[in-house]
Amino acid sequence: MSRVLPGFGLSLGYTLVYLSLLVLIPLGGLVLKAGTLTLAEFWQIATTEQAMASYRVTFGASFAAAVINAFFGLIVAWVLVRYPFPGKSLVDAFVDLPFALPTAVAGITLATLYAGNGWIGRHLEPLGIKVAYTPYGIVVALAFVTLPFIVRTLQPVIEDIEPEVEEAAASLGASRWLTFTRIILPAIFPALLTGFTLAFSRAIGEFGSVIFIAGNLPMVSEITPLLIIAKLEQQDVVGATALAVVMLVISFVMLLTINALQWWAANRHKGRAA
Amino acid sequence: MNALARKLAVASLALGLAVPAFADPSLLNVSYDVARDFYKDYNPLFQKYWKAKTGENVELKQSHAGSTKQVRAVADGLEADVVTMNQATDVDFLAERGLVAADYAKKFPNNASPYTSTMVFIVRKGNPKGFKDWSDLAKPGVQVILPHPKNTGNGRYSYLAAWGYALRQPGGNEASAREFVGKLLKNAPLFAAGGRDATTTFMQRRIGDVLVTFESEAELIAKEFGRGEFEVVYPTLSILTEFPVAIVDKVVDKKGTRKQAQAYLEYLWSKEGQENAAQNYLRPRDAEVLKKYAAQFPAIKTFSVDEMFGGWSKASPAHFKDGGSFDQIYQVK
Amino acid sequence: MSFRRANAEPRWVRLLLTAVALGFLALFLGLPLLAVFVEALAAGVPAYLAALVEPETRHAVLLSLLIALIVLPFNVLFGVAAAWAIARFDFKGKSLLITLIDLPFAVSPVVAGMLFILLFGARGWFGPWLSEHDFRIIFAVPGMLIATLFITFPFVARELIPLMQTQGKDEEEAAVSLGASGWQMFWRVTLPNIKWGLLYGVILANARALGEFGAVSVVSGHIRGETNTLPLHVEILYNEYNAVGAFAAASVLALLALVTLVAKTIVEWRMHKETQMLEADLPPEKTQ
Repeated sequence: MSRVLPGFGLSLGYTLVYLSLLVLIPLGGLVLKAGTLTLAEFWQIATTEQAMASYRVTFGASFAAAVINAFFGLIVAWVLVRYPFPGKSLVDAFVDLPFALPTAVAGITLATLYAGNGWIGRHLEPLGIKVAYTPYGIVVALAFVTLPFIVRTLQPVIEDIEPEVEEAAASLGASRWLTFTRIILPAIFPALLTGFTLAFSRAIGEFGSVIFIAGNLPMVSEITPLLIIAKLEQQDVVGATALAVVMLVISFVMLLTINALQWWAANRHKGRAA
Repeated sequence: MNALARKLAVASLALGLAVPAFADPSLLNVSYDVARDFYKDYNPLFQKYWKAKTGENVELKQSHAGSTKQVRAVADGLEADVVTMNQATDVDFLAERGLVAADYAKKFPNNASPYTSTMVFIVRKGNPKGFKDWSDLAKPGVQVILPHPKNTGNGRYSYLAAWGYALRQPGGNEASAREFVGKLLKNAPLFAAGGRDATTTFMQRRIGDVLVTFESEAELIAKEFGRGEFEVVYPTLSILTEFPVAIVDKVVDKKGTRKQAQAYLEYLWSKEGQENAAQNYLRPRDAEVLKKYAAQFPAIKTFSVDEMFGGWSKASPAHFKDGGSFDQIYQVK
Repeated sequence: MSFRRANAEPRWVRLLLTAVALGFLALFLGLPLLAVFVEALAAGVPAYLAALVEPETRHAVLLSLLIALIVLPFNVLFGVAAAWAIARFDFKGKSLLITLIDLPFAVSPVVAGMLFILLFGARGWFGPWLSEHDFRIIFAVPGMLIATLFITFPFVARELIPLMQTQGKDEEEAAVSLGASGWQMFWRVTLPNIKWGLLYGVILANARALGEFGAVSVVSGHIRGETNTLPLHVEILYNEYNAVGAFAAASVLALLALVTLVAKTIVEWRMHKETQMLEADLPPEKTQ
């Protein structure tokens, strides 16, 4: 394709240099440090029963949290952009809160809310639902700390949808639901997937909020970052890097898959639109 | 705006400008997390003493966080003149790396630990489940709250206390101790993130029947939650928790602050230093001071990690390293 | 936001969605925030205020703000550059590049801190050289800046990429073919189009920079009054049984996050007026 627009070299060059300095070199250092282990040692650390259980908890809870947020986040973003209601800017302001609260405060507060005598927990416990100190607690904490991602990636995109397109669809007799699924959803899908990806990846690494509500029982509610901390508590930096590398590789593969999928979907959509 | 000017100075530091030399010597005390109150009171005492003795003003800076993390930071270049920790294994880590003297424990009296504490039980008002000793914590149907035994200092001390208790019972041996601690841990519905989190879980969220914690924390709990909500139960036998201090040789030699660092730690054993410990509910080493505060420190039989386990260098790998007794308890299902 | 009936949802759908959104936010965000303030005010307003004016707390607030202030321009510059390259040009390995940009999020904050210890710590690669030349990175403000940069790295870029992707490049190409220079195109066409995404990215990065605990905790050294940020201070206060102080400090962080939103509202309002004026001058249709 012809490059009409300027600045490709400059922007890509800058991106790559900055990315290398801040992310790639440090992560390379991590991998090298883990590389001081033999493959057998590495494998042994990475695949202990406890580690395997923690991967399941971490990735499962992160996925669940991202799904919850994708669903509710879409509704929240849509309502915040499209529907007027009193106090809207204040509600809009709340959305970023989970990022600003230190994760430990979030974890402590959520544990207090969802414990058997907490504001929320006391209504759930009689129903037989236990959240605090179970894997559900992990999902709640992760959903809390990653909520802003989906709302904030969707908001500008929804704001950008031209009402004319929807009007045209409506005037051609499309039902509102059809307009939504055929016109709006494809337009916001890349952003939704981006938000999902970000929430998911952030959830995988999250530690501070989770440990206060998880209960941290081995094999049941231990997340992988906690095992990394456990290694560090034994002053075993190399062992910690080994687990960190495992998480990094799994995350990388998952993120790459989602991003490739998204690019493919976007191009397909573009192709169809053209 | 003075603070702002300082901020700008910090910012210029951020840009890599040279660090100017300060006129007054300054010491950085890298310490564990709940020691801030203690040193907040102790530092002015020492400054006054040092000024009177030498006419010199000494600036004292504090750093508090988890003990193990703190010594790793010191090994990674945090320029601590002195470290004041809550378990010997952390100072040992620095000794192995040549940052503090290998015989740091002999450089000061009492194993270089100016004060001690012990693990006790906090139970609900009236002690409804009648907890008297460690054996009651391992009975079926009770819930025990304690911090993560592998990842926190309080948790490790609690775990070793229970283990040592079981060893000392008639016919006690490694196997019976393991079984006993296994039963006790089965009664733990969760492992708290830290000592403070365990307290919040027990006191505020009202989970569990008994909380295992430092004796010194009991007073802090009273401060936060009021005295009417709980009772302290002393078991028949518990662990002596020591809080070793050491000079970081590498740093004081570089900065030329050995004299001040030595005096700063020595003064912990002075009457003023010992009184300060007692006022912070830490058991003073000084017999006279201990007697003066006897009301707040009931007599209790204790064992040290050295006596029972042959030191942290043996206890850590046997119990808390990966594959140690703690992991084994959870592996066997 | 004037919506014509033709493309609005039926009233009951709007009400239902609004109720779901507000209910979800109230339950998930409102209650925790309320709980923080309840704890902070547990001992009354005077105790709350006293907790805030404590010198160490004040210092921690300033340090947190300073770090956020330094970090944000870097994020904006990188975010715009990366989004421009990725959303406006086709090249091989784009998905890989995006994934690499995402990666810092997936790195546990503690590990993120560890990365820089491995590089700059006394036992790290550059540590000996640094200490020889008396440069302090780790356990000083520079290290905290680097860790915060790492943690907030993806925000602006990831906010802008899907937005610019959705917008397409027609307007910019039109501007260039009409003879606008690169900078003119950027200031007049690109920037106005991406302003909301950029703003959201900045707000998120700012909130995250203020609230970050894990990574900064590893590299800060926790020296009180020197390298103690507000989140670190909160932890210490909490651990020493000063719940009021801890939650009061946390509430400050929540309020600081809200302040950026006030800024957003002001910008929004001004822009709204501008576009109204513009729309009065111009014919209403736009190119898609």
